[in-house]
Amino acid sequence: MSEPWTPIERELAEQMRGNDIISVRQFRPQELRTLLSIIERFEGDQAGLLRGKVLAALFFEPSTRTRLSFESAMARLGGGVIGFANAGISSAAKGETLQDTIRIVENYCDLFVIRHPREGSARAAANATSLPVINGGDGSNQHPTQTLLDLYTIKRRLGRTTQLRIGFVGDLKYGRAAHSLVQATAMLGNDLVLIAPTSLRLPKRHIAELDVLNASYEETADLPNAIPTLDVLYVTRIQRERFADPLNYERVKNVYQINRAAVDTGKNELIVMHPLPRVNEIHPDVDASPRAAYFDQAKNGVTVRKALLALLMGAVR
Amino acid sequence: MSDDVSRHKKQVAKLRHGTVIDHLSPGMALKALEMIGVPKHSAALIGVNLASAKAGRKDILKLENIELSDEQIDNLAVLGPSATVCYIREYEIVKKVRVKLPEVLEGVLRCPNPNCITNHDRLTTSFDVERTSPTQVRCTFCERLISEDDIVLL
Repeated sequence: MSEPWTPIERELAEQMRGNDIISVRQFRPQELRTLLSIIERFEGDQAGLLRGKVLAALFFEPSTRTRLSFESAMARLGGGVIGFANAGISSAAKGETLQDTIRIVENYCDLFVIRHPREGSARAAANATSLPVINGGDGSNQHPTQTLLDLYTIKRRLGRTTQLRIGFVGDLKYGRAAHSLVQATAMLGNDLVLIAPTSLRLPKRHIAELDVLNASYEETADLPNAIPTLDVLYVTRIQRERFADPLNYERVKNVYQINRAAVDTGKNELIVMHPLPRVNEIHPDVDASPRAAYFDQAKNGVTVRKALLALLMGAVR
Repeated sequence: MSDDVSRHKKQVAKLRHGTVIDHLSPGMALKALEMIGVPKHSAALIGVNLASAKAGRKDILKLENIELSDEQIDNLAVLGPSATVCYIREYEIVKKVRVKLPEVLEGVLRCPNPNCITNHDRLTTSFDVERTSPTQVRCTFCERLISEDDIVLL
């Protein structure tokens, strides 16, 4: 923590103290950029910053990466974590509403992270408590900490989060991580290339959002021709569980397989990202390529979450 | 404008006390009635798909012995961004106001997204008005952008 905080950083930190993180839409582009520069200050050791504080991690839907990453972040700041990782063992299984659960658990903790299968659940939770709430994924709506760690990874690797040509490939229809990042990168002023088979194209309502933002984007099904033009290739898993008809899944599951040879047709600075888990969208031979950034994302996730936890608790040095 | 008012006068002449809601979008009069609700002591007249010089077709709603709150008037804007509300006393128009969409609509609309938490837990719905004519609102909870055609009243 060598450089002193800038006035803009301090102002944003003050604004975030005690507040919630529900959606990337709550931030203006300049605030997103400032937030990324604050996050950078959380590289390294901040042990003890949240000593004695308790995070309630309420996961009404399965998650490993997000939950473990929050637990790790909290532990590294010296705080504790309570919660559950399965709605089946919570009182939700007995029919308790989310708001009631929150009102009870708020007596045991200092802030919340919530993942819930219904869209809007994080906002509903935030309305039920005065404690800070972080959205850890609400249905197919938002997953803001994933988006921030994606942006942070782009910034660390490429030095900026604007004026880049960013390709999104795979499941653009159902993929929440892609939806959120499409929105955020459009807000920050990037050219987007949306690469998907017809059945998995970005839904109309998200296209409408891009039009509201006056964003620059194009839609294509042609991955090989797109790769050489890109600075970032964001790959998502085609999720088997989203298909009612298994035949439809079989048809599209392997349409885009990215291997080392394909990646090597890209620019030198091209980075390949993936929210993980991957199945076979990215061949393991890409892992050794300097362009592979997907394991960085997981690492950066802890830094991002450390920063957010500390900011919301007002515990910044 | 004065022509417009005199035309209203003719149309509402039969109403002694009450409110006339004019220039609702075609097909919205019943929804407006539903939104306002009619108490036992008053009568309501509905006109659907009437000829309108301004908009081609319009709906109109006449309510006897009812005066609307400012909030009710603003909420009507989702059913016709150019609707007007006239108050009638002793057969005379005493006040005419244009509806204006509020910035937030609370407890008026239902989210059309079946997986939105507001359709499962008992919560007061809330929508941010993002654009008028055509109306576009966003669910404060699930953030879904909803166009005029997909707006559903509670």
